[in-house]
Amino acid sequence: MAFATTNADLPARRASSTPTLRARLQDALPKIVLAPSFSIILVFVYGFILWTIYLSFTNSKAFPSNELTGPLAYQRLWNWTFESDPPSSWYTSITNMAIFGVLYIGFCILLGLFLAILLDQKIRAEGFLRTIYLYPMALSFIVTGVAWKWFLDPGLGLEQTLHHLGWTSFHFDWIKNANRVIYTVVIAGVWQASGFVMAMFLAGLRGVDGEMLKAAQIDGASTFQVYWRIVIPILRPVFLSAFIVLAHMAIKSYDLVVALTSGGPGGSAWLPSNFMYEYTFKRSQMAIGSASAVIMLMAITAIIVPYLYSELREKPQ
Amino acid sequence: MTLHMKLIAGVALAAASVGLAGFGTVGAAQAQTKEVQMLHWWTSGGEAAALKVIKDALAKQGYGWKDVPVAGGGGNAAMTALKAMVAAGNYPTASQMLGYNVLDYAQAGKLADLTELAKSEGWDKAIPAPLQKFSVYDGKWVAVPVNVHSVNWVWLNKAVMDKIGGTEPKTFDDFLALLDKAKKAGVTPLALGGQDWQEAILFDDVVLSTGGPEFYKKAFNDLDEASLKSDTMKKSFDNLAKLKAYVDPNFSGRDWNLATAMVIKGDALVQVMGDWAKGEFHNANKAPGTDFLCYRFPGTDGSVAYNSDMFAMFDVGADRKDAQTALAKTTESKDVQAGFNIIKGSVPARTDVSDEGFDACGKKGIADLKKASADGNFFGSLAQGYGAPPAVTNAYLDVVDKFFNGQIKTSDEAVTQLARAIDDAK
Repeated sequence: MAFATTNADLPARRASSTPTLRARLQDALPKIVLAPSFSIILVFVYGFILWTIYLSFTNSKAFPSNELTGPLAYQRLWNWTFESDPPSSWYTSITNMAIFGVLYIGFCILLGLFLAILLDQKIRAEGFLRTIYLYPMALSFIVTGVAWKWFLDPGLGLEQTLHHLGWTSFHFDWIKNANRVIYTVVIAGVWQASGFVMAMFLAGLRGVDGEMLKAAQIDGASTFQVYWRIVIPILRPVFLSAFIVLAHMAIKSYDLVVALTSGGPGGSAWLPSNFMYEYTFKRSQMAIGSASAVIMLMAITAIIVPYLYSELREKPQ
Repeated sequence: MTLHMKLIAGVALAAASVGLAGFGTVGAAQAQTKEVQMLHWWTSGGEAAALKVIKDALAKQGYGWKDVPVAGGGGNAAMTALKAMVAAGNYPTASQMLGYNVLDYAQAGKLADLTELAKSEGWDKAIPAPLQKFSVYDGKWVAVPVNVHSVNWVWLNKAVMDKIGGTEPKTFDDFLALLDKAKKAGVTPLALGGQDWQEAILFDDVVLSTGGPEFYKKAFNDLDEASLKSDTMKKSFDNLAKLKAYVDPNFSGRDWNLATAMVIKGDALVQVMGDWAKGEFHNANKAPGTDFLCYRFPGTDGSVAYNSDMFAMFDVGADRKDAQTALAKTTESKDVQAGFNIIKGSVPARTDVSDEGFDACGKKGIADLKKASADGNFFGSLAQGYGAPPAVTNAYLDVVDKFFNGQIKTSDEAVTQLARAIDDAK
């Protein structure tokens, strides 16, 4: 509004060939506003990605070093990738990542969609229920981790409670079990994020054209068919957003593992992010830590970029 | 001025101040000369009280104290913060640090030279040589040891001990027999927190007990491959497996102080832990001899496997040198050494401090340190990162942790893995 009312004379001035200082400032304003955040991102995101790649080829230990060693750190990781009995920490980390990634993303999307469809049935107190499901997202991973740690601990939580209630044969010690502990991380993660995915799907469902659904019902389609053949295909962009958000949450979930399991018995709950932190900061093997970070970046790029490409390319048609 | 002109001016001002802020930090780092900046992770009640002894002694000499505390038990967070500070050229006067970290910083040329002060104060004679390995780099004093903790202790609940009719175990087999008694009486025999370093402390003691001090030194300080692969090492792993039978099934991921609480409450008979556990007993108003007992781990009497907190002194400018010298001198003075360590539960870093004022366990600790130091049975605990550099320590923790949790199944395999992991990390 301000521009329109106070600058009635602007078009006339623009017409003259020499722009005034004010006009030039106005042209530059967006650039000036964006410049600080742009330069900060350039240095602190992309600059440090390059720096990490560089470090992974040096023999950095406790401190960054400039002595190049070639792909030695990668060779070590490569060897550790196939070392499965007893598993190396790296092997444990990447297999855990696969288990956690698939189950976490899969269950969050399924559960989120399911809850959204249920909530979309014009029920009473929808706003209240939606808040309840969405609320876990407001908690940090640390809080989620600690709460679930207590809940799943056989000496404190669920098992103990049921024993007190008289069901003494009940047994659930996954969080203390090296082979099962990663699934408890999935449980806590799904608990936290599925409400958020539900909200995304609910917003998507509200955008579906009601006329189309009515037409389908008149043609005799069952509710299941309506959802399966019409609504869910329409929600495709929401699946994309949910997948992208969940995938990056999965790959960066470090705090959940630490708070929930403190790394698990024998390091059995590690994810690559835990591996990276441990090797870089605790074990003074910065080169190997950097190499693992680069591999994580490559992995997520390999998954996300083709998906983004295939999804976004269809738009112009 | 029109609205949008104001807007432009505001943005320009904001951009300018963002730019200036980048340069501003250098000026802000300029420090007071009569003040020490101290980075540490002693944030729990007892630790903070101990630190106050040093603070007060400095205040008497007119030096201020600027705390840079970074919470988090093992100091990992503090070390990360320190790395960032040092990289930015913003040195604290001193920082709490553990053994090999001191050498890392010394090697990087970041630490001060305190040799003159050390000479005039006679530190060379008062401080045992194994500690000097970490406070002296390339012939120069770069850090001052504040205390000595040792890890080969067992802490027992006296009431439980009386109930089961137990006596002090002198050998490893005695220890197993004692644990059996507790098991029969329905008490958890061994309180353990299942974090890698706690399991490793247990294993440190088992190795020291099974192989003796010479073997321990050869395997865990010199990293001698033959010793690492020897039958004695295999037997040590077997002994560790025996102890696992006395741990409650719920041990994994438990913090060390919760395990201590089990002993304090009488839910468990014994905990194998460094002498910082004593602080927990004191906090619960328990006295040695009447409420709890402290023995050396069976079969390790006469040896001390230590870790020690150091104050690494940074290479600060001449204007801050006085304060730094005062800090170093005060920390090593006999009064402060006694006052600090009585509260902290550890033992003075100098062997010539009187044991007056220490409790029974502290007196034993001081006497043990003197004797072990004279006999050459005073050496760094690998579990606590004083036996070898961090990469090796963590490789060792990995193997012990995996063995204790059943991912490595036999002692043969454990020995092979241990030698390989250490070789890999060297």
